[in-house]
Amino acid sequence: MTALTQDPAYNFAYLDEQTKRMIRRAILKAIAVPGYQVPFASREMPMPYGWGTGGVQVTAACLTPDDVLKVIDQGADDTTNAVSIRKFFQRTAGVAATEATADATVIQTRHRIPEVPLHEGQILVYQVPIPEPLRFLEPREAETRKMHELEEYGLMHVKLYEDIARHGQIATSYAYPVKVEGRYVMDPSPIPKFDNPKLGGCPAIQIFGAGREQRIYALPPYTAVVSLDFDDHPFTASKAPHDCDLCGADESYLDEVIIDDAGGRMFVCSDTDFCAGRQTAGHRGRLSPKAAGKGM
Amino acid sequence: MYVAVKGGERAIDNAHAWLAAERRGDPSVPELSVTQIREQLKLAVNRVMAEGSLYDPDLAALAIKQARGDLIEAVFLIRAYRTTLPRFGASQPISTDAMAVDRRVSATFKDLPGGQILGPTFDYTHRLLDFKLAAEGESPTAHTAPADSAPVPHVTEFLNRDGLIETAEPSDTAPPDLTREPMELPADRALRLQAITRGDEGFILSMAYSTQRGYGRTHAFVGELRIGTVSVSMDIPELGFPIEIGEIEVTECETVNQFKGSKTEPPQFTRGYGLVFGQSERKAIAMSLVDRALRWKELGEDSIGAPAQDEEFVLMHCDNIQATGFLEHIKLPHYVDFQSELELVRRLRAEAMAAQEAAE
Amino acid sequence: MTAQALSGGFSNPPHQSSHAFRAILESFARPGTLLTIRGAQPPAPLSVAAGTALLTLADGTTPVHLAGDADCQPVRDWITFHIGAPLVAPQQAMFAIGRWESLAPLSRFHIGAPDYPDRAATLIVLMDGLSNSGAHLTGPGIATKTLLSLPEIAAFQDNAARFPLGLDFLFVAGNRVAGLPRSTKVEGA
Repeated sequence: MTALTQDPAYNFAYLDEQTKRMIRRAILKAIAVPGYQVPFASREMPMPYGWGTGGVQVTAACLTPDDVLKVIDQGADDTTNAVSIRKFFQRTAGVAATEATADATVIQTRHRIPEVPLHEGQILVYQVPIPEPLRFLEPREAETRKMHELEEYGLMHVKLYEDIARHGQIATSYAYPVKVEGRYVMDPSPIPKFDNPKLGGCPAIQIFGAGREQRIYALPPYTAVVSLDFDDHPFTASKAPHDCDLCGADESYLDEVIIDDAGGRMFVCSDTDFCAGRQTAGHRGRLSPKAAGKGM
Repeated sequence: MYVAVKGGERAIDNAHAWLAAERRGDPSVPELSVTQIREQLKLAVNRVMAEGSLYDPDLAALAIKQARGDLIEAVFLIRAYRTTLPRFGASQPISTDAMAVDRRVSATFKDLPGGQILGPTFDYTHRLLDFKLAAEGESPTAHTAPADSAPVPHVTEFLNRDGLIETAEPSDTAPPDLTREPMELPADRALRLQAITRGDEGFILSMAYSTQRGYGRTHAFVGELRIGTVSVSMDIPELGFPIEIGEIEVTECETVNQFKGSKTEPPQFTRGYGLVFGQSERKAIAMSLVDRALRWKELGEDSIGAPAQDEEFVLMHCDNIQATGFLEHIKLPHYVDFQSELELVRRLRAEAMAAQEAAE
Repeated sequence: MTAQALSGGFSNPPHQSSHAFRAILESFARPGTLLTIRGAQPPAPLSVAAGTALLTLADGTTPVHLAGDADCQPVRDWITFHIGAPLVAPQQAMFAIGRWESLAPLSRFHIGAPDYPDRAATLIVLMDGLSNSGAHLTGPGIATKTLLSLPEIAAFQDNAARFPLGLDFLFVAGNRVAGLPRSTKVEGA
């Protein structure tokens, strides 16, 4: 864990108190109506729209000086945008940072849910590019708002069913839509559908922030979340049919890495903390230094 | 042996150092000062102030320097800075009738009270590269005349007197503020104008141009275009009266649009309105055309489904800071989504090939 | 305006409001969980938790309704000085504060619009005490079931029946808070 002192040039967690109150009120309403997108007056942040401004604003509104923050992008703590956001909060909030999922109290993520199960007291903050699950079926906000109001989700079912007719299966592999508590259809952000089963019944609070689109939505702990499917085509969470080549895990989501120009590939855990923890515990994969023998 | 990509932090620090060196360029060339930018690249400064929604020429000039001349990046710097500023209150509405006019032209009347003033315009310059400017040490002078401080009435007021143009009722309702409240659609005219005035100049220009080519034609004449300085006053509750806190330069355009009447309105001229910080007349004219095109519903006109008539399309896509952020975010890692798509395509292909083999 | 009106705010607003918000967030996210918030010293009948919740959530942009004995000059002055919230009738309120009996009838408060269910009032209910007993709560935020000493049952059942519209409640006693969003289903003991 690493802590820095807060830069006195900024208010705690960068945002002014009035802005934080506005975001906090939106978060509470999002908790009260799970899966419903609450409009909020997203501020211009010192990082670009589309790069996590919604998640950053939610995190800023939630952080206390006692928090331990973890930031991941694609499951990894060391991708450049994760590094950049973590540095931002270390500087403006002086909070401690960690890579260990279990030690974090607030986790900001882009595109993944950590492999290690979350626990009560944690908050998982998602960066969301397009919060509206119906947007690519109906571009108009005025229309999609009405569809949510009237629970008119037929268009979504038609789209999924057309997939089945054409491909024999639902051809959506990430940002796979879910229904929350039997009411609102929600976009879980572009997580792989492998992560969808972790959304429901989760002990942590999950908050989704879309800065450019000015929306916040949430899943309280233990909320019922169902991935949309059909009786004869049930939802399946899929991943690459391999084990991690570094830690040997067969249950984690994998990144595919090209290792030579002859088509050689390896598969490694996308969750770097999970993979490192397994390697420290002595687990080895196909291409680990130990398993490969002498060499290193 | 595969080594996981580490060291993101060092890579970022090194990239920033490189960027700073690139910004300075060849150190044997004198460094550009912020005041030089403010004085000599004034139209760029104006654009950054207009789209940054912050009237401060020095800060805009600094942003242009820091952004290496990338004006959208400069607008972004100003917007991010603006967000952190405390709000002390709202000014009184500015009065463009009382503008100290530098330029004022009307395309609808040959002459009119207050006169036509060409002002500092590119309009009749021949667009020939002036190689004398490549040599240094030039300091041109312009003829001056005594300032006329009389108010300059608006052209539309003359038309209004005869009932030939729709009346624009003054209102004391506080306009919405899209920097403090989430955008809600449908938007009223005040909110639309606010979004357009800080919208991207290129986008607003193209939208306006599309109406001229028939995609929601509004038959616009420039009733009046005026550029100059206006004073800004603010009510100070402790004092009980307004005081002048400064002056700003603005460009205002009012179009007079032909209108044959509709189910709800008699035949008369209608209005489009543009108001932009600084000398920004391309933007102000474009804004008034887009404003007019978006007013079809309140005037009882039919929509032909043109892009410029589509409020949600225009308002949701005119902001270049939103647009560039989202556009450029696709260069961020998407390994996870791409991996899930890879697996899906492989599975679909395997199944399709198996089906093909079975059929053969 | 008295000296009492000028005192009793946060001494370190960014930090104190952040802790208070996290507790309020947890209390809404886990109905039936009792949490502690502190920092404000408001005039009676507001409790520490009531004042802290108001300082954390309300400001000049959020109309507040004061009900019953909460609508007294010391409380009005304190809110005006520390929060600046307009004090309004129930119909315009984003927040309301008062004892359960004086908040009735609840139909006066905004339950949101079908297309904007978030535009509903939050009621801060002054309680003499809070405990994990009485009403059975189930729904989002609750793994199986929790208990909470609610002032009655039927009003909360009616409220939940309107979901996604409805009021959200924050119960406060001393320095304790418990949240009850509209999504919670309530059964008698």
